Amino acid sequence: MTNTMPKQVFKRPQSLKENVFHYCPGCGHSIIHRLIAEVIDEFGIRDRTVGVPPAGCAVLAYNYIDVDMGEAPHGRAVAVATGIKRVRPDLIVFTYQGDGDLAAIGTAEAIHAANRGERLSVIFVNNAVYGMTGGQMAPTTVLGQITTTTPGGRSALRDGFPLDLSQMLAVARGSVYIERTAVTSPKNIIKTKKAIKKAFQVQMDGLGFALVEILSPCPINWKLSPVESCRWVEEEVVKSYPLGVIKDTTSTQDLVNKVKKGKRRKT
Amino acid sequence: MTKQLMRGSHVIAEAATRAGCRFYAGYPITPQNEVPEYMSQRFAKLEDATFIQAESELAAINMVMGASMAGVRAMTSSSSPGISLKQEGISYMAGMELPAVVVNTMRGGPGLGNIAPTQQDYFQATRGGGHGGYRTIVVAPCSGQELVTLTIKAFDLADTYRMTVVLLGDGLMGQMMEPVTFPDPIDPATLPKKDWVLDGARDRDSRLIASLILDPVKMEQFNWKLARKYAAICERETQYESYLLDDAVLAVVAFGTAARIAKGAVNRVRKAGVKAGLFRPITLWPFPGKELRALTRTIKHMLVFEMNFGQMVEDVKISVGEQAAVHFHGRPGGIISTPHEIADAITKVMYRME
Repeated sequence: MTNTMPKQVFKRPQSLKENVFHYCPGCGHSIIHRLIAEVIDEFGIRDRTVGVPPAGCAVLAYNYIDVDMGEAPHGRAVAVATGIKRVRPDLIVFTYQGDGDLAAIGTAEAIHAANRGERLSVIFVNNAVYGMTGGQMAPTTVLGQITTTTPGGRSALRDGFPLDLSQMLAVARGSVYIERTAVTSPKNIIKTKKAIKKAFQVQMDGLGFALVEILSPCPINWKLSPVESCRWVEEEVVKSYPLGVIKDTTSTQDLVNKVKKGKRRKT
Repeated sequence: MTKQLMRGSHVIAEAATRAGCRFYAGYPITPQNEVPEYMSQRFAKLEDATFIQAESELAAINMVMGASMAGVRAMTSSSSPGISLKQEGISYMAGMELPAVVVNTMRGGPGLGNIAPTQQDYFQATRGGGHGGYRTIVVAPCSGQELVTLTIKAFDLADTYRMTVVLLGDGLMGQMMEPVTFPDPIDPATLPKKDWVLDGARDRDSRLIASLILDPVKMEQFNWKLARKYAAICERETQYESYLLDDAVLAVVAFGTAARIAKGAVNRVRKAGVKAGLFRPITLWPFPGKELRALTRTIKHMLVFEMNFGQMVEDVKISVGEQAAVHFHGRPGGIISTPHEIADAITKVMYRME
C-alpha cells in the first residue's frame, strides 16, 4: 500500500519565532535570520546557543531567532560575545553585525577578537549602507554609490575607499574561516547557508574565529526595487567584494589541534 | 588569620578573587597596572577563571558585560581616562541591570593629566558617569583593610542590586603597602543562583538581556523601576565613619585618601584643644546626607576637604542646607596635602567662628 498522506517539505524552523519580520520589503535580514534558525535546528543546539545582536536594523533579531540573546552596544558585539564564550565555552555564541557595526565603529574589537582566535561565529551582513539610520555612507559603500551623506556618490578622495574588513580579518592569525556570500538568488542562498553552517561547525570544533560576510540587499535605502537590488549586488557590489572563500585553514588547524592533543596525552 | 603586608592594588585583586570574581578584562594604564598584573597571575592558577588583556578599555568593559550576562562575577579596573572610555558599557549595563565591579584608581586630570593621586572623578562616579541618568553605587576605601572589605562588599552589592559598583580610590591607595588580613575565599558555586543569565534555553523559554526599549511608555516604566531601586539603596546602603564627633564644634568632611590625611589633622588640632572631628562617607553614592544633617544639631561648621577644587562639597551643602556653614579646602591636580596643611585650614575656620 502506498502512503497517500501529503509530506511536509517546507516549514518554519523551530528556532524561528512566529513573529512577522519588521524588515523592509526586499531586505536580506529575514532570509539570513531563517538560515541561522535552520542551521541551529539542524545541529540541534537551540538549547546551548547564545546570540549577540548589536545596534542596527537587526538589533531586533531576538524578536525572531528563538535562542538566548544578549544585546551589545554598537560595534562591541564580539567583545560581549568574547565575555560570554570565555565564561561558558560549552555554549555556541554567534554575533549578528552590520557593516557599519563591524567595519567602522567595531573595527578594533573585530580585529582583536579574530587575532585572539576567539571561538565565535560572526554573521556579518554587508548592505553597503547604514540602514537603520536612514541610508548614510557606510565604510563598505562602493565608489560612486549615492547615499544621504554622499549625494554626489562616494568619492575616494573625500570619503575614502570601500573597506574590505573580511580581507583584513583574514590577515589575523587567529581567524580560520572567512567566506563571503550573498542572498540574492536561490543558489547564493544555499551557499550562504552552507557557509553559516561551517562557521558554526568551526566553533563547535574549537578551531578559532569564523566569519561569514553576506552581501545583502537594502532596496529602500538604495532606492531600487528588490529585483534591481539583487541585480546591483551581483553586478556592482561584487566588484568591490568578490564572493567566495577568503580564508579557510580549518583542515590544517584541525591537524594542529590533533597534534597538540596527542602531545598532551603523551606527556 | 595571618597578616600580610601588601600593596593596595594587589589587595583589591586578591580580595576580588576571594569574593568569587572569575572574570577580569582590562587595559594597561598607570597607576593601576598592578591590578591586572596580579589578576593574570592569580587567575592562571584557577581552572574556572578568565583573564583577558583587552585591546582597549571599551573592549574590556564590553567583555565584562558579556561575562556578567553569562552569570559570573566580573570586574575591570582602570584609571580616570580609561574610566571615561568605559562609560559606554557602564550605561548599557545599567540599562540591562547587569552586575559588575569597576575599580577607578583616580589620577590627575582633565585630559591625560598626570598619574598623581586625586579625587577629581567624584562627579563622574557619583552621577553615573555616562548617558541616560543612571546611578552606580560608589564605595571609597581609605585603608588596606578597607580595600579588602569594600572590594568583597562591592561584589555582593552588585549582585544584590544587579548594577555596577565603583570602587573609587587613587594611586596612593593603590601603591601604599599595609598589613591586611583576608577572609576565606568564597566558592563561586555557593553563590546565590541567578535566574536571568544567558546559559542556553534548556527546558525553558529563550531569554533576552537588552537595553533597547522603543516604546516610551515601557521605557518610562523601566526608568521608574530603576528610580525605586535607587531609592531603596539610599535607604539601606549608606555607610560612613564618625571620628571624634561627639563633642566636636567642627566636622571635617572627607573621603578616601583625603579622609586619612584629615584624620591626622584632627588628631593634631585636638592636641591643641580644638574640638574638631571627622565625618567620612564610605559610600559616596548613596551619600550619607541624613547622617550628616543629623550632626548639625550640635555642629555648625563643616570643613570639606577634597583632592579636587570642590565636588563632594555640593552634596554636603545639599545635605546640611542652612543648618551649618560649609567651608571648603581643596587641592586638585595631584597635590597631596599634609595633615599640617589641613590643621591650618581647620584653625582658620575656628578662628573665624563666633
